Amino acid sequence: MTAETARRLTARDYKSALKPVWCPGCGDFSILSAITMAMAEIARPPEEVAVISGIGCSSRVPAYTNCYGFHGVHGRALPLATGLKLSRPDLLVIAAGGDGDGYSIGGNHFLHACRRNVDLTYIVMDNQVYGMTKGQPSPTTPPEWDSAMVPGGTGLRPFHPLVIALAAGANFVARAFSGDPSGTAQILVDAIRHPGFSLIEILSPCVTFRPEEREWAKQVHPAAVEETGDRAQAARRVLTDDGFNTGILYCGDRAPYQPAFAASGMEPAGGGAAGNADFDMEFRP
Amino acid sequence: MTQAETQKRASVPDATTALASPTIAFAMLGSGGSGVMTAAEILLRAAARAGYFGLMTKSFGPQIRGGEAAAFVTLSTQPVETQADQVDLLFAIDWKNAGRFAGELQLSTDTLVISGEAGAELPDIATAPRPRLEEINLKALTRSHKGTRPNMVALGAVAGAIGLPRDAIADLVQERLSKKGEAAMAQGLTAVDLGFDEAANFALAQLAPAPEDTPRWIISGNQAAGYGAIRGGVRFAAAYPITPATEILEWLAPRLQKIGGLLVQAEDELASINMIIGGSFGGAAVLTATSGPGLALMSESIGLAVAAEIPLLVIDVMRGGPSTGIPTKSEQSDLNIAVYGLHGDAPHVVTAPNSISDCLFTAQWSTHLAESMQVPAIMLSDQSFGQALGIVEKPAELAFATRRAVAEAPGQDYQRYALTATGVSPMALPGTPGGQYTADGLEHSETGTPSSGVADHNRQLEKRLRKVVDFEYGDHWAQIEGDGTAAIVTWGSATGPVRQAMRRVDPEGRRLRLISLRLISPAQPARLARALAGCSQILVVEQSQMAQFFGYLKAQFELPPMADLYARPGPQPFRAAEIAAKLEEWLS
Repeated sequence: MTAETARRLTARDYKSALKPVWCPGCGDFSILSAITMAMAEIARPPEEVAVISGIGCSSRVPAYTNCYGFHGVHGRALPLATGLKLSRPDLLVIAAGGDGDGYSIGGNHFLHACRRNVDLTYIVMDNQVYGMTKGQPSPTTPPEWDSAMVPGGTGLRPFHPLVIALAAGANFVARAFSGDPSGTAQILVDAIRHPGFSLIEILSPCVTFRPEEREWAKQVHPAAVEETGDRAQAARRVLTDDGFNTGILYCGDRAPYQPAFAASGMEPAGGGAAGNADFDMEFRP
Repeated sequence: MTQAETQKRASVPDATTALASPTIAFAMLGSGGSGVMTAAEILLRAAARAGYFGLMTKSFGPQIRGGEAAAFVTLSTQPVETQADQVDLLFAIDWKNAGRFAGELQLSTDTLVISGEAGAELPDIATAPRPRLEEINLKALTRSHKGTRPNMVALGAVAGAIGLPRDAIADLVQERLSKKGEAAMAQGLTAVDLGFDEAANFALAQLAPAPEDTPRWIISGNQAAGYGAIRGGVRFAAAYPITPATEILEWLAPRLQKIGGLLVQAEDELASINMIIGGSFGGAAVLTATSGPGLALMSESIGLAVAAEIPLLVIDVMRGGPSTGIPTKSEQSDLNIAVYGLHGDAPHVVTAPNSISDCLFTAQWSTHLAESMQVPAIMLSDQSFGQALGIVEKPAELAFATRRAVAEAPGQDYQRYALTATGVSPMALPGTPGGQYTADGLEHSETGTPSSGVADHNRQLEKRLRKVVDFEYGDHWAQIEGDGTAAIVTWGSATGPVRQAMRRVDPEGRRLRLISLRLISPAQPARLARALAGCSQILVVEQSQMAQFFGYLKAQFELPPMADLYARPGPQPFRAAEIAAKLEEWLS
């Protein structure tokens, strides 16, 4: 695709015809819009983009785009995306999902994806609840939130994804709010352009199981600080803020992990590869 | 007087000239750092250069580093598929903790035991079978020849005792020590010659002349599996370390790098399997290697690869189970999890190599099957192949013409999961305009759109089963030898001992028939029925307490009711004598 035709791409070109399964009023609709707006701004043709997810309401997002997609098993979006990006560095790879998928069942992969720093953009649509299974507490749910599965609340301190990401080595950390799709799209564009592993934690109200989250619209505010490349400073800020400031909170300069991979690309794989004379030699006595 | 001296006098050999034997087995023992493994490997390599076949297995104490070690080597003019029933020669550089190898050392009155420790109190394992005892004072010899090392003297003594050519040994010693300079090389040769001189005092059967000089390879099952996968086209791997599969990964990592591929060390097996699913979705042929515990962790995502029709190879190097079990010893007890371990109706391929060198072929073939059918393949190797070094005939170079069906130029009506005659649908690779689809573990329609409808579920289930069942597997499905009316049905590492036992019990090859399944799943009942035609007796042999293979054959292959079973768990490997005794009893 030439640069001229690429410029004509709009958000609509990245949206599929499928109707989302989300509830009316779900924050994820706006995030889907933000993703397609960001894509149009980045202007990579849809076939060069892959959206990878696990399981949950927000993990349905790949099929709602017009890109290549993979809707895998619960919690494994990040290794799936990692394997794709390492073997196909030519692609733009985005991983997406929810707080349960990314921070609970996929928690170990979250740590190691931050640490490995492959050039991926990870979008977490955090609604602080398990929606698809009809309302159980997630790692980011407040301790007192009452539910059928955990009556009286978990009593547990919520997981703090941003500070964990900083500690584990993520190269770009931001917070956004689904109620502001254009602002979210702009952060996404920066995240995608930034080399290495980028985490965008997007507050996305669950109107069905956490209707009180509608109030988030009144609570969010832009971060009152400049973005920083100082990890300690960023960590201190995110640990002490009110959890509702949005913007780019950390922007590092670690080189992404991308070992050479020449055998990739469009070559159909499998079968027929001959022996290698050097390897044969190794086994001669 | 030491025990060695007492018995030495009691057992002066009466033969003055050494007899030629087609097979000789020896063991070398020593504590950590004594160089037992180096010496044994040089002997194995020298034998390979001289044209012999052989097998070397290793045993270590539980220490991570520096513990006692034992090398077991069988050399022969014939292919060696299992260690000999007993050793002809045991050389102990020292006896520290040697009792640990009690279950593994098979000595008899015919065994020559050489103690490298002068005046040592020999453990029961060395004296109880009343073998011939000799002594070489390694400490005195190495002290009087500056720079010589005990393991090199031992190496020379073993080579001399069994009749390996001195020149082949000398060449290898020089190659090994060339980096250490001229002096080290000279000292190495001196040590070897000291050993040869000492060995001249002992009479032992010598190896019969080697067969005609055909090219030999020295290779482990794990190396062979890795190389087979590369030959099959694998270029991307992700894995988590686990005994006894790690050598596959360590062999592959630098070599994949060399040919433009990549191996990633993942954070766990859940990540390994999903990373390779991602790589395969992108178009690479991929593998991971693991053992039972890792396979268990991967099971959910192997099911994803079935549903999303993603080709991949999982090599399971089996070890004793369940749970952590016996990581360093072999067992054929992961058959059930490999065949039945996926939830839902999830057709996939399960294969098994039947020898060390067949690990190469089967890994290549399994990659070919996975790619051709867009399906996960699980190859069941095991520790007895993986961590053993074999001298084998150079494996044939085979190429399979089939490649993954790829949608090169998908049109408007492209459907990723289209219902085709073969059940295999061309896969659009990311980057291909017009081919965009979402791969999904959710049941889906032909386009890939999630669907919980009856028709879509039935159509996609049928397609995924059909592509695997209708595939033309050809003659590779089993190794069939002999046409006797008494058939032994077996698989994997039980095959070698069975084959060697058959040669003993039925040297003419008139009574017995070997059927070793290389394709475990999908079951091939019609093929097995044809292979069993005319048989009046069937014996199933396997290394599993619960007889998983036998149960599988009965359930899926319509095994005739008269079929008999010989099954036992690991960790003790099958020996030809054990199987031969069973065969004699079974046939009588």
